[in-house]
Amino acid sequence: MTALSALIRRDIRIALRVGGGALIGVLFFLTVVVLMPFAIGPDLALLSRLGPAILWLGALLASLLTLDRLFMADHEDGSLDLITMSRTPLELACAAKALAHWLAAGLPLIVATPVLGLLLNLDMVATAAVALTLLAGTPALTFTGMIGAALAVTLHRGGLLMAVLVLPLSIPVLIFGVAASQAVIVGPMTFGAPFSILCALSLVSLVVGPFAAAASLRHGLD
Amino acid sequence: MTLIDLANPTRFLALTARVLPWLAAATVILLAIGLYQSAYAPDDYQQGATVKIMFIHVPNAWLSMFVWGVMSIASLGTLVWRHPLADVAAKAAAPIGAAFTFLALLTGSLWGRPMWGTYWEWDARLTSVLILFLMYLGLMALWRAVDDPSRAARAAAVLTLVGAINLPIIKFSVDWWNTLHQPASVMRMGGSALDKSFLIPLLVMAIAFTLLFVTLHLAAMRNEILRRRVRSLQMMQASRVAFSSAGSREGSASNEVGAA
Repeated sequence: MTALSALIRRDIRIALRVGGGALIGVLFFLTVVVLMPFAIGPDLALLSRLGPAILWLGALLASLLTLDRLFMADHEDGSLDLITMSRTPLELACAAKALAHWLAAGLPLIVATPVLGLLLNLDMVATAAVALTLLAGTPALTFTGMIGAALAVTLHRGGLLMAVLVLPLSIPVLIFGVAASQAVIVGPMTFGAPFSILCALSLVSLVVGPFAAAASLRHGLD
Repeated sequence: MTLIDLANPTRFLALTARVLPWLAAATVILLAIGLYQSAYAPDDYQQGATVKIMFIHVPNAWLSMFVWGVMSIASLGTLVWRHPLADVAAKAAAPIGAAFTFLALLTGSLWGRPMWGTYWEWDARLTSVLILFLMYLGLMALWRAVDDPSRAARAAAVLTLVGAINLPIIKFSVDWWNTLHQPASVMRMGGSALDKSFLIPLLVMAIAFTLLFVTLHLAAMRNEILRRRVRSLQMMQASRVAFSSAGSREGSASNEVGAA
């Protein structure tokens, strides 16, 4: 347990310091959302209708962008080999790393959501709904994306290939995240049903992600 | 003859060389029967002659999912049993599966044009097949991204199994998304409601296409084994050339300069 908490603390500290790049995700999120009105037009009514979708897409892309480095930096300096060979089960170590990544790179996205909601003319309730769905849904993105990050590090290929592999797997999260946010804003259905499914997706990915990533690391690193 | 006997690629090659002609012949005969029957199937009272697209479309759609199942079993073989032919099977199946998925999409959209008045509809089934196609392409990109086949095999096996878990979830969520956005379903075709004059040709075509897949898959696996042999021979030759020329590099370099 102490090993895992030490791993989490170390990863967060690295991510927040110079060269860690956790906060670049937030900057990317902001930039994507600011770009949208230039493509759609400054029509506030339209923007508020599309708001949840824009915020979700931005958060999805931002969390994918930062995932690239989840294992790569550790692989480069050799600490990934130590983690793989240590007595802590690799599945748990992967889960701890993903959790640390989510705390450092995922939570800031959710904190930034209210500000971006203002830009998109979302009212208080809608912004809260989007932030809540992001809070429930982004762990699923991180834990699913971790599989792609593990594949990327064993193949020495990151970037585009990883995005192509992981993006189709994140479609369910996107569907239910946007649906739950829209349910609050326009109805007609209840918020509970899609939100519960979103939580279920996060829980499933919490189980599947570490095992798949650990399998990929165990078979792929030599 | 068990599965482990086939672990020897030479034995596998010998066996498939004997089996493949029979399989190919059975495929051709069944395809001929199926195509004949579907050509003479009666027109649908609503859809007219366009219903004949179904006899091509449905087997393709069925195989698009079946091939992912085959690849998942092969991936288990790679990761769990380390069967030497499992990754060959997985790699050979991916482009074939992608081709069947593409044909299912293509015939579906050609069928949709006269029936729905549009080539593309964000219908639940079409959308999930499109995502399946994207996943096939991603898997093929993964195979092509790495030059060491065994390293690529294990990564692809993990991804295939994750895909096998995720595909039902994606299918379910796309269905849900679709009912949210389009309450009126465009197409209804109950399996049991299908008349016998349609059902029999459809079944024959489904078996014929499955045989076609098995034939193509075995042939592609043979090609992949031979390709790997060629690759290792080339690498052996390259290393031999490198070793033998290491001593006389000076001389050959001056020769090249002289020739130029």
